[in-house]
Amino acid sequence: MSANISIDFITHTFKGQTDPTLNNIELKIPAGERVALIGRSGCGKSTLLHMLAGLLIPTEGCVRIHGHQVTRPSAKWNMMFQKPSLYPWMNVRQNIELGLTFAGQKNPEKIDYLLDLVGLSEKAEEHVQSLSGGQQQRVALARSLATSPEVLLLDEPFSALDAFTRATLQDEVARITGQEDLTMVIVTHDIDEAVAMADRVLIMSANPGEIVGEEQVDLPFPRDRSRAEFSRAREQLMTKFDSLVGDVKPAEIRQTGQSKALDDSKQQAA
Amino acid sequence: MSATPASLNMNTAREGGFDWKAFGMSAWRGIGYPVIGIGVMLALWWLGGWAIASNPDTESFADFAPAPAFSRLLELTANGYVWEASAPSLARIGLGLLWAVVIGVPVGVAVGLYASVREISHVPFQFLRMISPLAWMPIAVLAFATWDGAIVFLIAVAAIWPVLFSTAQGVRRIDPLWFKVAKNLGADGLQMLRRIILPAIGQDIFAGIRLAVGVAWIVLVPAEYLGVTSGLGYAINDARDTLEYDTLAAMVVVIGVIGFFLDGICVKLIKKFSWHNQD
Ligand SMILES: Nc1ncnc2c1ncn2[C@@H]1O[C@H](COP(=O)(O)OP(=O)(O)OP(=O)(O)O)[C@@H](O)[C@H]1O
Ligand SMILES: [Mg+2]
Repeated sequence: MSANISIDFITHTFKGQTDPTLNNIELKIPAGERVALIGRSGCGKSTLLHMLAGLLIPTEGCVRIHGHQVTRPSAKWNMMFQKPSLYPWMNVRQNIELGLTFAGQKNPEKIDYLLDLVGLSEKAEEHVQSLSGGQQQRVALARSLATSPEVLLLDEPFSALDAFTRATLQDEVARITGQEDLTMVIVTHDIDEAVAMADRVLIMSANPGEIVGEEQVDLPFPRDRSRAEFSRAREQLMTKFDSLVGDVKPAEIRQTGQSKALDDSKQQAA
Repeated sequence: MSATPASLNMNTAREGGFDWKAFGMSAWRGIGYPVIGIGVMLALWWLGGWAIASNPDTESFADFAPAPAFSRLLELTANGYVWEASAPSLARIGLGLLWAVVIGVPVGVAVGLYASVREISHVPFQFLRMISPLAWMPIAVLAFATWDGAIVFLIAVAAIWPVLFSTAQGVRRIDPLWFKVAKNLGADGLQMLRRIILPAIGQDIFAGIRLAVGVAWIVLVPAEYLGVTSGLGYAINDARDTLEYDTLAAMVVVIGVIGFFLDGICVKLIKKFSWHNQD
């Protein structure tokens, strides 16, 4: 079952800093929507996602899931990170089970189902260190799903993977979130990823972090990257992104080393 | 070790049968090298014994040499004296280490987890750590009603630091993401400790215990010079007083052998609790 998320005027200033990292962010995400959050490096995407997960409490404003204020992490809103960060002393099954173990539950059928869902039934008893990067990230995904979350939060979950594995996993996660009826928020540097996975793409500006625009992606799943509609949607998003946050002066880029991934994807598109 | 068998072995390996060369190499590594090491050690001991025996001033210590020591060792093993002397020492070591772990691991975890605890404890711990465990002797004797209590205290005081610091270091090396993920999956404090922290630092704890066993074993002998009338330290002291140098040397061998095996156990445990690159 999915949940609606409401972000109510979040402003966040990190300790020891004077300027806010996030400024007055207001956002409603209806239940079951897949949202992608794009913006330049350091604009505060991860910060915002951590707040949705209850791993960070904003200095002003609040996050509500299902109308309830998020004040601490919960297995009901689960976050997946760029690194799979599996526990190497547990095998694949034990890793996936962990959330249930914490809750004092046992549900072998569910774990079997999840293993099947992420295509790792054969690897259930294996050590996680013997898996490939893509397989490890699949285990992390299954682990996030084991506690039947209503919200799945993804922080650049596939950026460390090769292009083929990445595309496969993007499609799989998009399929699974639909199938399991989850609300999804994905943070990404990759415009293609946003177009491949999201119903709606939010564009964030930096200093301070604000949501400055959004773009609807109305394409059916699974999304075929070779189709003209896909390219058109990507083009449209890119144009919007450039007009909103793309006017970074070259000196600034050199100074901070920002926005490399976005520039890369721009070049690919050109 | 002529060139012929080696080349023969190589041919066998090439023909794809059992790899005699690799087998030979690993057997040589596993058995041959240690044998050389032991041989050199015995040779030096024998030379030392010979030098003592051939010097009129030290002649009376000649029993210190390997031959009398080993025949004495056989005798003492057969009549149970070796076990009689070792058992109390092992019990004291065990108890001392137990205290070191019971105190060192929780404190180490706290030091590793909390910067405030780390900063508060830094000066006191570094200060206390530098005090030779033997310097505690007079205090131990005053503070404990029994000699045994005092000895266990001295061992614990020596053994706690490696356990504590190794634990703390292990905790600090834990990937912060492991905490985040576990919290996100609903772990409470106790579950975090039991399912994440302790398994993550198991090998660090046992690496600390391995070092602790080393220092505890070193502290044991002088500590057993205190009041008690049992244990390996006492046996050595007693042998010296009664001028039985063969017994003295035999007990030194016993100490070395037991220490070696204790270390071996620790290495096994470190491996068992290690999760790095397991296949
Ligand atoms: N714990 C912290 N203390 C102080 N400043 C922080 C902290 N965490 C993040 N920041 C700052 O907040 C800003 C936003 O960081 P955040 O990690 O959310 O960016 P991001 O958009 O996810 O970047 P990236 O795309 O590189 O992951 C950055 O300028 C960062 O330096
Ligand atoms: Mg980030």
